Amino acid sequence: MPRLQRLRVHLRERWRALLSTALAGTAAPCMNPAQAATLPDDRAEATYHLYDGGGVQASGPALLVRKSLGDRVALSAQYYVDAVSNASIDVVTYASPFKEKRIATDFGADWLVGNTTLSLAYNRSEEPDYIAEGVGLDVATEVYGGMTTVSLGFTRARDLVGQKLTQGWIDRALHWQYRAGITQILSPRWLVSLNAEAVADEGFLGSPYRAARVFGAAVPERNPRTRSSRAVKLRSINDTSALVPRSSFRAEYRYYWDNWDVKAHTTEFGVAKHLGTRFMVEGLVRHYSQSKALFYSDDAQAETVFVSRNRQLSTFSTTAVGAKLTATWPGATPGTELRVTGSLERKQFRFRDFTDLRSNRPYAYDANVVQVVVSGSF
Amino acid sequence: MHRTLPLLALAALLGGCVTLPEPWVKPYERERLSDPIMQFSRHGSIDRHREHIHTVREGARGATGVQGGGCGCN
Repeated sequence: MPRLQRLRVHLRERWRALLSTALAGTAAPCMNPAQAATLPDDRAEATYHLYDGGGVQASGPALLVRKSLGDRVALSAQYYVDAVSNASIDVVTYASPFKEKRIATDFGADWLVGNTTLSLAYNRSEEPDYIAEGVGLDVATEVYGGMTTVSLGFTRARDLVGQKLTQGWIDRALHWQYRAGITQILSPRWLVSLNAEAVADEGFLGSPYRAARVFGAAVPERNPRTRSSRAVKLRSINDTSALVPRSSFRAEYRYYWDNWDVKAHTTEFGVAKHLGTRFMVEGLVRHYSQSKALFYSDDAQAETVFVSRNRQLSTFSTTAVGAKLTATWPGATPGTELRVTGSLERKQFRFRDFTDLRSNRPYAYDANVVQVVVSGSF
Repeated sequence: MHRTLPLLALAALLGGCVTLPEPWVKPYERERLSDPIMQFSRHGSIDRHREHIHTVREGARGATGVQGGGCGCN
């Protein structure tokens, strides 16, 4: 057999072996590489969440239940309500404020096979004029003496798009998400992880209500019907107990780019510290900045095939600071506990090329995000 | 040549020419890493809610380490 052919056969066999190893046992997204692969705790959670900013208020409860069936399988279900009161800049400029409700339901199953966790998830989000459904599969496996966790995942989602006062659905969108990640223990006090995700979309990728501006006149926005994006995220977390007792420091950076020419940088730093035996306090700072899409224009001065004034596609930055406090009380039996977490985040959105037509100045607003979670493991 | 080099590097790695060192952090040294303060995601529900807020209001998406799905981003 010629040498090149032998090398090819060898490589093919190695690749098959690697692939079968990966498929025989890949990863749950929240696997903790410091421990052997285990299923998440049996847990019931009630959450109240609020987003308030830019004329939009979205709040509501969320309920989560997770239960193991034996040692290898765990099931979970979540019910999430967003009661939205919308008087955003788009709405007050071109329409009337409105209220609506979004209900999301998630079902998940985790299956533990040796050092590998397979996770299957189904989610559905329903609004009067928009339904989104998705099915995802994630596999995570521990390798290299438990020092490395490798994960692969895929989600296929479909949206049905409607428009008020129009019967039935006006269009649809399809989404494919492919993700991979690796988490590595570097030392007894240092963990890093690298995640990558590619997303492809096809169909109606805008809003039937939003208007663009061309020569100062409002016209319906025209978006491409395909979009393809990539994102890479690097995270690091260090035990900093040598500097501050029982504390950690986290740093994250994500770079995003897509074929609409949006490029974005996200940087986040966080600290966490135990206070006594019952409390844990956390703080975070986040900064996000992006460049505009090719076809975005605040007020287009030429007729083009695609045009949008979606501020999500404009040049802008977001800065956020947040704090979180968690209190834990041990339960009557070992392994059970009651946990209460309160979280507050303040966000500032600053747009560079999206004009507030009421004041003729660049648009800016602040928002608050509040979450309270009561959680019991049993 | 620019195509051959990565192939050779891959062949060397898969063929066992590069030997990885023994895992240097033993299981009994991972006590600190299993502390809740050393987890990237401590509160799944809170992180998913934050992620939804960012996906709806920012242009970027993905690579969050959180299992994704469709969302009402209209």
